[in-house]
Amino acid sequence: MSMISLKIDGQLVEVESGTTILEAAKKINVNIPTLCHHEDLCVAGNCRVCVVEVKGRERLEASCSTPAPEGMEIWTNTARVRNARQDIVSLLVSEHNTQCTTCYRNTNCELQNLAAEYNVDGNRYLSVLKPGIKVDTSSWSIEKDDSKCIRCQRCVRTCAELQHVNALTASHKGKDMKISTFLDLPFNEVVCTNCGQCVNRCPTGALTERRYFNQVWEAIGDPTKHVVMNTAPSVRVALGEMLGYEVGHRVTGKMVTAMRKMGADSVLDTDFAADLTIIEEGNELLTRLKKVLVDKDQSVKLPMITSCSPGWVKFIEHMFPNHLGHLSTCKSPQQMFGTLSKTYYAEQKGIDPKDIVSVAIMPCAAKKYEANRPEMNDSGYRDIDAGLTTREFGLMIKQAGLDFKNLPDGAFDSIMGESTGAGVIFGATGGVMEAALRTAYAVVTGRSVPFENLNITAVRGTDGIREASIKVENCLPEWSFLEGVVLNVGVAHGLKNARIIMDQIAAGTSKYHFIEVMACPGGCIGGGGQPIPTNAEIRAKRTAAIYEEDMGKPIRMSHENPEIVKIYEEYLHEPLGHKSHKLLHTHYTPRNRY
Amino acid sequence: MAEIEMIINQKIERYGRERKALLPILQGIVAAKNYISQDDMVCVARALDISAADVYGTASFYSFLENKVLGKYVIRVCRSITCDMKGKNKILKALEEELRIQLGETTHDRLFSLEATNCIGLCDMGPAMLINEKPYTHLTAERIPEIIFEYRNK
Amino acid sequence: MANNNKLRKVDIIFSAYPGNPYDILKNAIQRGKNEIIDDLIESGLRGRGGAGFLTGYKWRFMAQQKETEKYVICNADEGEPGTFKDRKLLVEVPRRVITGMAIAAYVTDSKYGVIYLRAEYAYLIADLQKEIDIFQEAAKKIGLDFTIEIFRGAGAYVCGEETALIESMEGKRGEPRNKPPYPIQSGYLGKPTLVNNVETFASAAMVCRFGAETYKSYGTDDQHGSKLFSISGDSPKEGVHELELGMKISDFVQEFGDGDTKAVQVGGVAGFCIPRKNFETSIIGEGNTTGGATMIFNSTRSMYNVLHNYLEFFAEESCGQCTPCRIGTQQLLKGIEAVKSGEKPESYLQDLIKLSRTMKVTSKCGLGQSVTNSFVSIVENFKEEMIY
Repeated sequence: MSMISLKIDGQLVEVESGTTILEAAKKINVNIPTLCHHEDLCVAGNCRVCVVEVKGRERLEASCSTPAPEGMEIWTNTARVRNARQDIVSLLVSEHNTQCTTCYRNTNCELQNLAAEYNVDGNRYLSVLKPGIKVDTSSWSIEKDDSKCIRCQRCVRTCAELQHVNALTASHKGKDMKISTFLDLPFNEVVCTNCGQCVNRCPTGALTERRYFNQVWEAIGDPTKHVVMNTAPSVRVALGEMLGYEVGHRVTGKMVTAMRKMGADSVLDTDFAADLTIIEEGNELLTRLKKVLVDKDQSVKLPMITSCSPGWVKFIEHMFPNHLGHLSTCKSPQQMFGTLSKTYYAEQKGIDPKDIVSVAIMPCAAKKYEANRPEMNDSGYRDIDAGLTTREFGLMIKQAGLDFKNLPDGAFDSIMGESTGAGVIFGATGGVMEAALRTAYAVVTGRSVPFENLNITAVRGTDGIREASIKVENCLPEWSFLEGVVLNVGVAHGLKNARIIMDQIAAGTSKYHFIEVMACPGGCIGGGGQPIPTNAEIRAKRTAAIYEEDMGKPIRMSHENPEIVKIYEEYLHEPLGHKSHKLLHTHYTPRNRY
Repeated sequence: MAEIEMIINQKIERYGRERKALLPILQGIVAAKNYISQDDMVCVARALDISAADVYGTASFYSFLENKVLGKYVIRVCRSITCDMKGKNKILKALEEELRIQLGETTHDRLFSLEATNCIGLCDMGPAMLINEKPYTHLTAERIPEIIFEYRNK
Repeated sequence: MANNNKLRKVDIIFSAYPGNPYDILKNAIQRGKNEIIDDLIESGLRGRGGAGFLTGYKWRFMAQQKETEKYVICNADEGEPGTFKDRKLLVEVPRRVITGMAIAAYVTDSKYGVIYLRAEYAYLIADLQKEIDIFQEAAKKIGLDFTIEIFRGAGAYVCGEETALIESMEGKRGEPRNKPPYPIQSGYLGKPTLVNNVETFASAAMVCRFGAETYKSYGTDDQHGSKLFSISGDSPKEGVHELELGMKISDFVQEFGDGDTKAVQVGGVAGFCIPRKNFETSIIGEGNTTGGATMIFNSTRSMYNVLHNYLEFFAEESCGQCTPCRIGTQQLLKGIEAVKSGEKPESYLQDLIKLSRTMKVTSKCGLGQSVTNSFVSIVENFKEEMIY
């Protein structure tokens, strides 16, 4: 790459040729406002907020899409530039439903910020907002309000580039141009995985998660109800962002206290269910391996693929309905937790399960849909009554008037509050794989995985698809059929990468035995219910926090979790046993791809 | 449906099973039935392995790729400036009266749809309109009944 | 050589050709490729679609692209209200258009040609295809490896913008791309792509036929050659007329007006509206070339209605992706309505003019950038009509 130099606001800067003006400006800390630009996505250049002046050109250039011109002078803060930006933001406001005070994204809206920054006069232009726009509330997970849409197409690009789902598109043209699903059908009728990545990247309140926190408050306020709250691993590493902490700050203890103070009757940990998932899924994998390798059972599918990411599950149901046999039958930790909260927990605590309200706090939008799947009632009740996002949870803490930063650290209640480091790392891409390998290897060989500190670094990281091979040696006698087998595992995150993995399976060229798939880039730490904004740097910090949490745990293998040992002794009896099968496993539904 | 599949396959044969075949396919469907239904779009999406939303997003961009039900003969009256100056409104009114429908509607017998369209490149011969692909120029309100009569009796 | 800005009719592009079909092409490919490009540059021929880039330079740049797969596209998506010259060319002299394309293919080593024909011209396809078939036979005989296909547009004015046209050919929404890269670097399917207007190709063929010197002798110092004008509106001589570039509007009105001309729209709805008081001082064909669309309005016409009609067109035909164009066009339309109805004060017109200037410098493509031309020229020159 050759270097070029140019001047931005009088300051000389050297960049690689091909660098955009926006990137070059960032290098010298010149801030240029953007709206359609998102660093996870390809350049669109359509909002035009980022225009700058290139000396000698009459036109202003969109800095996000214009390569820095060699030897030229760029001015980012001239009267022409400011006036143009103010005009453009004013135009966007004129097309916008500006009921900011009642908007879910109030105070965290990029349009609002810019309108404030440029002191936009709302009456400068006439409103061109189309009358009669209805909010699409058909989906359990995602709401779409076109009256707040600024047509930046970040959602369209997210759905296409990161997720290869293409549920959203720009439709029509000119004044009628908008963001649509297929034929503007309701969200619940189209090929949407509910991953919520579009929500994470929407600069305004046009795409939001469907909120259930009022129902939770209602349950908390109802003395006849026993409210059980459980929080997913990645919530504790992201929640702090909403409550005044730096990105990547773990708030586990304060989070627990907050839930208790909010009025939860029991504060439990989804990580427990994650550990449980490892036991069930690990055994399922070993069973499948045996059936394939020893029994030569053609009906059993390998590779087996994880099923804890509900966005991924809906994706495979839509896109590869003929390959559902590859999915582990294990429910996700959320749903295992929910079922057990109304069976095992209810029994142990002597509470009538009909009075239990099980609330899952998740980094996820798709978990809301999952909680509402018709088949998710193995406890005899709705297994999970409400699925909240990290964002809703942060809001509830604020509503509760808690001084979060000064809360004392608390510990999860028991039972179903104990977890290991293996359960924690479910929150990052590769974590389920690592947790499964830690346990499966130990079960098969009686020894720990041959990695320093149990850290299986090969499956960690940010590459879209990662893989590792582990040779199984010196097995315990009952696992001798695995002696010498090289276990090939793969990890994919982001549905774009999931599709690559699935295309290999469909083509019969997959070399893996076991694959972990997470719908969201980065895994749950980058989930569709996490605090906004998101970008690679934020995801990396949350991931680092997850692994810190793991390292800080005294027990780091799921099968050593004493509460897990106990539940098998007292209740489930054996992995994949009758009770497990009834309560902890599920089936899948083929859906339309188009 | 079989007809639509046939159109799709013909176009794919010529243009390849690629996105670039999309417009020709959609045009083929429109040539056959004047509009593209929901089922047609799903069919096209399946054939090209692209999302149905992408088919819709693309089709809705173009004014000749309608997804609402249109009649056998689509009348598109030019509303751009010179045709407007030369009496487009009178032509529209005559058409509305003759067809007993309003602009934007389709006759009950699904024979005619009446649409207004932007410039059709016949500005020197306005007012002008297209019936399907055929241009009509130097229109007068008096000529409308005979033109419609001709199509009614086709 | 300058023609003193007198109106002069010429007969070049439609003039009878005594030779055999595709003789012009046959003669051309006897010559060196660079020689032809040099000639084109020498002739001063500029793109006839509206942007006015020197055609010879564009072809040279294309010739320098090292890819083996290259496309020559004839942009027959003329959709600008008031423009219909390409239709006439395709009906009357398609052979010249194809000849121009084939010469371009020869000098740029391109094997694939496409005529992107607007949806509204579908009735031209049958005859055009016949001519293409004749061409393919001729090409085979003279050993030129160049295939031409017709691609039908589907009804979107913005697809006249070359990158939107390419997107459309790729089966996508016709949304203009960010530039750079330019189509010549990365166009259709990412390959080098030369897009020229119908008239540009036909004119290039004429340069080859008559020679650069002859061609250059027409027009002004700045704008060489002849140009087709699509003349419509209040004129007894509506139709396509070939004129030398550079003429006073007053002469033009004298020739083509109906004796009561109040304003002339030069360059289509994306161009400028010239009021009667400026007829003497305004020249057609100075500065940038125009697409040649010229609409004549007499004193019975309401310029408010004219502008309203233009703005409705822009608000519908904007691709909608970029803010200034999508919303700006709606604001200008609603704005003049509001001033007319008294909802907004007269001074609001100034705000709108300012907005249109923002659109000019911030819009992504020529559509949004050019709205200001007609808007400002009509609002400033016919302010009373906007208000009362």
